[in-house]
Amino acid sequence: MSAHDTTEPTRRDFLYIATGMAGVVGAGAFAWPFIDQMRPDASTLAVSSIEVDVSAVQPGMSLTVKWRGKPVFIRNRTPKEIEDAKNVQMGQLKDPIARNANLPSDAQATDADRAAAKDKENWLVMIGVCTHLGCIPLGQQGEFGGWFCPCHGSQYDTAGRIRSGPAPENLPIPPLTFTSDTVIKIG
Amino acid sequence: MSGGHSSYTPSTGIEKWIDARLPLPRLVYDSFVAYPVPRNLNYAYAFGGILAIMLVSQILTGVVLAMHYAADTGLAFNSVEKIMRDVNSGWLLRYLHSNGASMFFLAVYVHIFRGLYYGSYKAPRELLWILGVIILLLMMATAFMGYVLPWGQMSFWGATVITGFFTAFPIIGDPIQQLLLGGFAVDNPTLNRFYSLHYLLPFMIAGVVVLHVWALHVSGQTNPTGIEVKSKTDTVAFTPYATVKDAFGLVLFLILFAYFVFYLPNFMGHPDNYIQADSLKTPAHIVPEWYFLPFYAMLRAITFNIGPINSKLGGVLTMFGSIAILFIVPWLDTSKVRSAVYRPWYKLFFWLFIANAIMLGWLGSRPAEGLYTLFSQFGTAYYFGFFIVIMPLLGLIETPRRLPNSITEAVLAKTKSGGQLAGVAAAPETRA
Repeated sequence: MSAHDTTEPTRRDFLYIATGMAGVVGAGAFAWPFIDQMRPDASTLAVSSIEVDVSAVQPGMSLTVKWRGKPVFIRNRTPKEIEDAKNVQMGQLKDPIARNANLPSDAQATDADRAAAKDKENWLVMIGVCTHLGCIPLGQQGEFGGWFCPCHGSQYDTAGRIRSGPAPENLPIPPLTFTSDTVIKIG
Repeated sequence: MSGGHSSYTPSTGIEKWIDARLPLPRLVYDSFVAYPVPRNLNYAYAFGGILAIMLVSQILTGVVLAMHYAADTGLAFNSVEKIMRDVNSGWLLRYLHSNGASMFFLAVYVHIFRGLYYGSYKAPRELLWILGVIILLLMMATAFMGYVLPWGQMSFWGATVITGFFTAFPIIGDPIQQLLLGGFAVDNPTLNRFYSLHYLLPFMIAGVVVLHVWALHVSGQTNPTGIEVKSKTDTVAFTPYATVKDAFGLVLFLILFAYFVFYLPNFMGHPDNYIQADSLKTPAHIVPEWYFLPFYAMLRAITFNIGPINSKLGGVLTMFGSIAILFIVPWLDTSKVRSAVYRPWYKLFFWLFIANAIMLGWLGSRPAEGLYTLFSQFGTAYYFGFFIVIMPLLGLIETPRRLPNSITEAVLAKTKSGGQLAGVAAAPETRA
């Protein structure tokens, strides 16, 4: 512009800018569907909920159900497992947050806040995906008697709380309600 | 060098006709026939050519396998079994392709170590080196996605673990993982997009290889002395000298390749991958393919939090960093001498680096516990220490040996002493 002694933008300037803008907006609009198609589609996203009848699960037994493509562990804990989990001091926990979708996000990882319901502390329901890199931990193994991830050696206690190994968080607890004494609705 | 004069002279009428319109024969002649290469190249320099052949081999076998493969979680596993049992010569094509990936990585690691030993990354070849690192990254992505396609247990859980790396990043991690997977877990959308990209990436590799070779032909090849070519006596013509030497190296390499294909086709695979993927059952011991093991060991070595970075993110950053650091190697090495032949201390640390890389590979195949973790941490420290501490410091404090004045002088000195030792008057000319 300085080379020319004109203060008025010329018609050519206008065409340059208009073409440039059309190019930028066009490229962005063209790129979007290519990114958008990678996202989970509506059928995958649809919040499905499942109901599980747990009347046959005796203390010391576990059930694994599939919810949103992931395994959910449902365990009827033995009195000893509950006792072990309750005896853990909060200071010993690597992750002090409950990670319970049914509680406020800052709830502490006490055994009561990890259990499925207040009066049903024997029930533990959690998403069985290791919080490290997504493997499925094996039940009732490891030095804490809870879950042990075979991939990278993370160990969870009898309340599904991370105790040792590379995983950063406790196993998450999905949204759930007891629709009756023996039926759990997940999701 | 390629920018210089062309020595191509079309002789026949049709050659002249083509040369005036599309001088492709001239390009090929100048690049692969008359092209001058240092006369002292050894067999470590044959791996560039070997890699080019491996890329072609992988693309050919891959295109044919794609004619028999079905990318659907319900069909994939059985379609691969069908290739193995029913498709005529299918077993051979699949074994060539799966073992070919291993041989490809074997060759690329030798090629990279050659570059580190002879200082091939130093000016003016920084871009050549960086293009090579980009090829390595593309190869890793291609190999990873290819391993998912048979839809075995290792395929599924390898994909779960590797896409899980991204969840280590706060806030953006989970959305990125869902974008990669097309869902909350590895499933049909994941398999389909991996198949598409596994088919695409090798052609992108081929494109970067063209740039890599172009950059090579601008600066010319390095050689074991690290001294630049100074006169015509320092070089020989690419054809027949380098062509035949590369071809002979290739033949030896292909014998090794064939040995694996015909006698140990599953040696580098995992039995778990002959079990169909099960999203509710993790194999007892998840191990990546051997060529990822050193990086896997470094991922698992970070078992402790570093300030605000938790162990998971720390491990992922360490693993990505182990490749990323290769990009800046040309600027980490402060030595004025290129080749390790004249750098006694660098030579020592280089071989320690090789031993360390092999040790990390072995540790990556072991369970992550006890002493294994401790050694992985030492190994990781040395891996990064080699680049961040040893490379910059050594260039400043090391006293290199005297460099010969030219490639010719180095070669003739070697021939003379070799002849005397052998005590044979008519010793055959050594070109190595």
